[in-house]
This record gives sequence, C-alpha cells and structure tokens, in this order.
Amino acid sequence: MMQREVIPRVVVKLLLPFILLFGLYVQFHGELGPGGGFQAGVIIAAAVILYGIVFGLSAAQTVVPKSLVTAMIPVGVLIYASVGVAGLLAGGNFLDYFVLDPDRVHGQERGIFWVEIGVLITVSGTMTSIYYAFASRPE
Amino acid sequence: MISQHLIILVVVIPLLASTLVALVRRPLFAWYMTLAVSLTEFVMAALLLQKTLVEKVISYPIGSWAPPLGIEYRVDALNAFVVMLIATIGAAIAIYAKRSVEREIAEENRSSYYALYLLCYTGLVGMAVTGDAFNIFVFMEIASLSSYVLIALGRNRRALYAAYQYLIIGTVGATFFVIGIGFLYLMTGTLNLADLAQRLPAVAGKAPVYVGLAFITVGLCLKLALFPLHLWLPNAYAFAPSVTTIFLAATATKVAIYLLLRFTFVVFGPSMAFHDLAFPAIWIALSVAGIFYGSVAAIFQDNVKRALAYSSVAQIGYITLGIGIATKTGLTGAVVHLFNHGIMKAALFMLLGSIALRAGAVMMSELPGLARRMPLTAIGIVIAGLSMVGVPGTVGFVSKWYLILASLEHGWWWLAALIVASSILSLIYMWRIIEAIYAKPEQNQQDKNGEPPLSMLAPSLVMVAACVYFGIDTRLPVSVAAIAAEMLLGAGR
Amino acid sequence: MHTLAAQFSNWGTVVLMMIGLYVVVARGNLIKKLVGLSIFQTSVYLLYIGPGKVLGGTAAIISPNFTVYSNPLPHVLILTAIVVGVATLALGLALVIRINAAYGSIEEDEIIEQERDE
Repeated sequence: MMQREVIPRVVVKLLLPFILLFGLYVQFHGELGPGGGFQAGVIIAAAVILYGIVFGLSAAQTVVPKSLVTAMIPVGVLIYASVGVAGLLAGGNFLDYFVLDPDRVHGQERGIFWVEIGVLITVSGTMTSIYYAFASRPE
Repeated sequence: MISQHLIILVVVIPLLASTLVALVRRPLFAWYMTLAVSLTEFVMAALLLQKTLVEKVISYPIGSWAPPLGIEYRVDALNAFVVMLIATIGAAIAIYAKRSVEREIAEENRSSYYALYLLCYTGLVGMAVTGDAFNIFVFMEIASLSSYVLIALGRNRRALYAAYQYLIIGTVGATFFVIGIGFLYLMTGTLNLADLAQRLPAVAGKAPVYVGLAFITVGLCLKLALFPLHLWLPNAYAFAPSVTTIFLAATATKVAIYLLLRFTFVVFGPSMAFHDLAFPAIWIALSVAGIFYGSVAAIFQDNVKRALAYSSVAQIGYITLGIGIATKTGLTGAVVHLFNHGIMKAALFMLLGSIALRAGAVMMSELPGLARRMPLTAIGIVIAGLSMVGVPGTVGFVSKWYLILASLEHGWWWLAALIVASSILSLIYMWRIIEAIYAKPEQNQQDKNGEPPLSMLAPSLVMVAACVYFGIDTRLPVSVAAIAAEMLLGAGR
Repeated sequence: MHTLAAQFSNWGTVVLMMIGLYVVVARGNLIKKLVGLSIFQTSVYLLYIGPGKVLGGTAAIISPNFTVYSNPLPHVLILTAIVVGVATLALGLALVIRINAAYGSIEEDEIIEQERDE
C-alpha cells in the first residue's frame, strides 16, 4: 500500500513517548537549566502535531480533542493569574511568591512551579489549536 | 486592603474576566461579564485618580521585589487621568455594546469578541500604569494583537486587509520600541522608568542614548498615528465593527501619546529631547502637516467613518502640537485634548454606530433624511461636531484655546493662525456631514425606522453631554492636566 | 574589541534588521512580508542577547565553582519577545488565509486593485 509511509509511522510511534518525556523534563528543570513553561509547551505541542501530520488530523483529534485544547488556552492564564491573586489574598502584593509558604524560599519555588504549569497549559493548547485551525480548513 | 491594591486590580480584573469569558463560550454571559467589569473598572479608576491626587505618586512593587530590581507599577496624575479616560469610555461602551455586537458580529464569534475586547482593555490599562519599560512592551503587544483581531471581525472583507496592514505597521512600531529599550538597557543596565530617568544623565551625550530615543519615539509615533506614520488608521477605523472603532479611536492612540509624554519628559528629560535634538521643529512641522492633511482628506471621503478616521489623524496632530510647544500651557492643552478628543470621538462613533445598526455601513449618500428618522441622534452628531470644530462652550474649544495661548506665549502668531485655519477645515467636513443629515431624502427611504435602541442611544447622548459639560465646567480635566504638565516639566533637567 | 570579527554579533544584528525591514517594505506578497517581519524581530533578539554575554562568565546558575555569571535578564526578555513574535506570526498567517479566501490572491497590488473597484 503506502510503502513510503511505513518508516515515519513506525519511527513516530517509537519517538512520541520520549518527546513527551523530554517535554516534561524541560518543564520541571526550568529553574536549573534552560527550559520552563514556554519551551516545554512547544515540545509537547510538537509531539501532538507530529502525530497529527503522520497519522492524520482525525486521529490526532481523537486523542487530543479540539474542545480540550481550546479550553486549555484560558485555563493556563487563569492558573497564572490565580497564583497572583493567591499572593494578594495571603497578604502580599500581586504575584508575591514569598507569602505562599512559611519559608520564603519555598514560597518562591511553589509560585514558580504553578505559574510554569499555567504557562505550559496555555502554550501547548495554543500551539495545538493553531495547528488544528490551519489543518482543518477545507482545501 | 482593596485601596492598597487598586493599581494592580485595574489590570488583573479585566484579564481574569477575559479568561472566564473565553472559557464559558456564551455570548450573553460574555456581555454581562463585560458590563460588570467595565462598571467596576470605572469605580476603581475614579478611586485611583482620587488617591493619586492626594498622594502624588503611588508605587506598587509586583511580587514584593523592590524596584529597581523588580517590576514596579507607578501611578501619578498623568496616568491616573489616562486610566480614567479608558475606564469612562469602557463603561459607556459596555452599555452600548450589546445591541451593536449582536448586529455586527456573527453569533459564534461573539464570546471571542468580548474576550478579546477585555484583553485589549487589560493591555491598554497595563500600558498606562506600569513603570517598567519592558512591561510596557508586553502590554502594548497584548493590546495590539487583540485589536488586530477586533478589527478583522468587521463585516466588510476590507476589514481583513486593514487588520493585516495594521499588524505589519504596528509590529514594526512595537519592535522599534523594543530596540530603543534595548539601547537604553545596554547603556544604563536598568529597565525601571524612574531608575532610567536617574541614570541617563550620566551617559547623556553618547550616541546609543540618542539612537534609543529615536527608536522609541518613532515606534510610539507609529502606534499613535502621527503623520506620516498614520497609514494604518483610516482603513482600520472605517471597516472595523462599531464597538472596536469607538474603543480604539478613543483610547488606543491616547495611551501611546501618554507613553510618548512619559519617555520624552520624564525618562529622557526635555533638555536631551528638545535641546540636543531638533525635536520642537520636527514635532511642530509634522503636527501641522498632520492637522491639515487629516482635515483636508476628511472633506473628500464618501464613507463617513473614514472621514472621521482622517479627522482623528488631524486631532492627534493637535495633541502632538501641544507636545512640541513644550511649555506648561502647551502640555496642559495636549493632555486636556487627550481626554477631550477621547470623549468627542467616542460620542461621534457611537452615534455613527447607531446609524450603522440599521443600515450597515455609513456612506454619505445614505445620510439624507436621517434628521427626521432619528432626531436625537442627529442633534447629538451636531453637538459633537461643533465640539470637534471648537465652538466655545464645548470641550474642543478648551483644548484649542490652550494651544493658541501656548503659541502666542512663544510669539508664534503664524502657528495660532494655522490652528484657527484648521478649525475652519474641520468646520467644512463636519458641515458636509451635518448638511447631509438634515437634507431631504431623494426617494422614500426603505426602512422608516426610528431612534436606535435606548441601550445605544443613552451612552451616546451621555458622551455628547460630557462634551458640553466639560466644555463649560472645565475644572476637573484642566486641573488634572495642569498638574500632569507641571510634573512632566518639573521632572526634567 | 574593535576588530570586525570581534563585533560579528553586532554586524549580524544590523544585517538582519536591514534585510527584514527591506523585505517588509519591498515585497508585495503578504506572506513574504510576514517572513521579513520575523527576520526583523530575530535581529532584535540578537541585539539583546549578544551584549548579555559577559566574557568569561558561565551560565547563570549559581554554583560554588564559579564567580562570574552571564546576565540572565536579556534571556528572559527575549523569551517574552519570541513568544510575542510567534503570536504575531500566527495571527498574520491566519489573516493571510482569510484574505486569500476573501480576495482570491495574496499579492498586495491585486488586493488594492480589487479594493479600488469596490
């Protein structure tokens, strides 16, 4: 049948878990090395987009539905802003991480952790939504 | 507790509301949210202005990181005034928007429209209150990107190309701004505006500082549509949905003008900007060119919205003229016209949007007979038009009075004469519109509909009333503008 | 430090900036304009990051073995600028797709021709 498509299909199937794992690694090591929410978000979105390119848009949308990624975009921003408001409610200024934990340094780590999660969700949602929007236009 | 965090709440509340509207994709919820947020913002902006008039400067470190290391939000009379303008226009638009958006935006796009409107609101207010140079860029791009989409959702297909043109020109402008900030950062090592103001005199006279000033100024002039960098404005305002045009015309360029004032006078200082480089000559020349070009172009337009867009280019010329005459009177005139033009154009575009509600686009050929079908709307347009011309008793007169006074203080009779001559030009294009409205229709108009719905008529007429009220009782805008002008001139070296 | 070779990152900045601006202004194809805009924005990244490197400094992660660190602030600023650039590019491309559907062309002069006839 489609001989030439065998190699991409097999290779992508093997690679996808590693891409996702690498994305998670980049996400959580943002404070120790290059990385963080935006880079990780793009890597994870790249995994989904790669799946969509090789296996077809409908296959990708079965795994990661369109409504999910469209909802992910504002949810990430909401998480980020909520961390800021949590700082307000705990007595500090907006986006004050110091007050999030009795130990000031741990407060910083907590705050950064959650805002990076927010960034990850928004960025991967946005990148995947852009791909879905462009790819689903009837040609 | 709330009053302590007012500065950040005015930015965060529209942002949170925007995400909620984007999540819950129901148009009615979107409108209710917008209404609630806009009214809350109006109250908060008024409280903030009051607080600023008492405390002179309010500083708020984000994340409790002390400036200049941390990002600081810093509000004084000038930006509290700008935030008040945005909040006032926003409150009026929120009441106005329901029927207008229902008519002009397709149902599946309505919640996205409101979400983007709230994002644009966040961006504009954020630009006004922040005291960190790169934070200005972030909010500038938030506002710009959302406004590109807000424009592109217009019904006419020309809105798409207008949005694209605005995207290209606006992004070049924002990137120029970033390049300028980059040079400043390389020379001084800080991004905090107050800190930059302190560190720049030490490195003044070196080429990168002047390059930075030039890039920042040109970038901001692209955003505020100073002639000849105004090419995006007429099409963007003409073909955007009515609510977008009202919001952008009244607020977006004003925030860019505020940034120009802040950078020219506070960060760089009038001595560097005005003595070392030939700024007064350039400002005055380009402003006068813009005033005349805009006014003359407005006379020859068939699309009424486009004519008013060109008139905006001319009015921005007045504001930059006040900046070019950098005296206290001139700057007072500039800041007061910032506010006055906001409410004048908001009134005019709101009334035009009400006409467009029934008819679609607003062409000169469709205007005859309007006065009989919508008498209140017609009177509103007449009064707002008189305000644009500068008839005494309206806000337009107040601004022009200060500008003429400032020119005469310098002994520049020719400039005062030019201002008066340009008012005659604005009279011509407003007269063209008013005459068409009161003319008899040639054939019987197909839809003999009456006034626009109350939710649209009421805010428009409130804006028109504001044009007259602030023209007669000028205490509030003029006193705040004078404080701002004093602060701008006093901060410089 | 004033030799041509030593300042290559500054030269790169200027060359990219001029190429980007030229493409935006001189090319009529809408997508080419967007490409030029991207090149122009890339030059800005170089402008910030090039001088951010402190000679002899290491990556900005605190470690007991090193005393001199490169400046991490430009990297953070440019990360933001890259995100903004990506968003602008995506938005621009979406607009071009819509313009193509509405006008049937992505050449600037053809679009202006059609608008003039309206």
